[in-house]
Amino acid sequence: MADMNTPLSKVRGLGSAKDGTSVWISHRVAAIANIPLVLFFVVSFVGNAGKSHAEWVAWIKQPLVSVLLILFVLNFTNHMRSGLQEVVEDYVHSHGNKFAATIAIKFGCALIAGLSVFSILRIAFGG
Amino acid sequence: MAQAKRPLSPHLQVYRFGAHMAVSIIHRITGSALAVGAILLTWWLVAIATGHEYFNMVQGMAGSMLGKLVLFGITFALMQHFASGIRHLFMDAGKLFDLKANTASAKFTFVFSTVMTLLIWVAAYKVTGAL
Repeated sequence: MADMNTPLSKVRGLGSAKDGTSVWISHRVAAIANIPLVLFFVVSFVGNAGKSHAEWVAWIKQPLVSVLLILFVLNFTNHMRSGLQEVVEDYVHSHGNKFAATIAIKFGCALIAGLSVFSILRIAFGG
Repeated sequence: MAQAKRPLSPHLQVYRFGAHMAVSIIHRITGSALAVGAILLTWWLVAIATGHEYFNMVQGMAGSMLGKLVLFGITFALMQHFASGIRHLFMDAGKLFDLKANTASAKFTFVFSTVMTLLIWVAAYKVTGAL
């Protein structure tokens, strides 16, 4: 029996999504923003090494520290999402696995961002 | 219908493995490894928000031999990804493409990450007073 699909319907969805450039640029922008944020993070962690729970709480409670930590988490989760996505696109070829991995990356990054930001806010505003 | 065997385009096997190839694949490996670091950072922040008892338990695990080994690995991954990431930004801007600069900058990322990782750990031990 002849195929009932039109030639157009057979090729729909097989081409480029046409938003690769914006993903590429936002990955680089996040990378640039990560440079000072990583430096802040590393210097802070070395400087506070071995501190007690109360001392860490007092450190995070400082407005500038809370804000920088939140920005760091939001920025690296964004960079991580597009970075891991690129790795999956290059090495995972079966459609099902690629879909599952993509969903896991997006949900995982959202979970990391949500939990971390909530924790920072809870420390910052907690009694 | 028999088809003449066509020449294939050159692939990985025709290139000699060098620093530029190592830094490229290690950038991806360290990037993926840092996802583990992100999970641990989240856990640590949740621990502080939860309270001092739970925090002390997590700190105890981080301070164990295995914990320190993992954290040392993550420190190296972060510094290596940081250095090769900046190298990539230069390449995105069209720099570092001639053979000498490309190889030299690739090698430099490994020197940078090794030295920085050791410096960070020595400094952290100094801060805690263990050194």
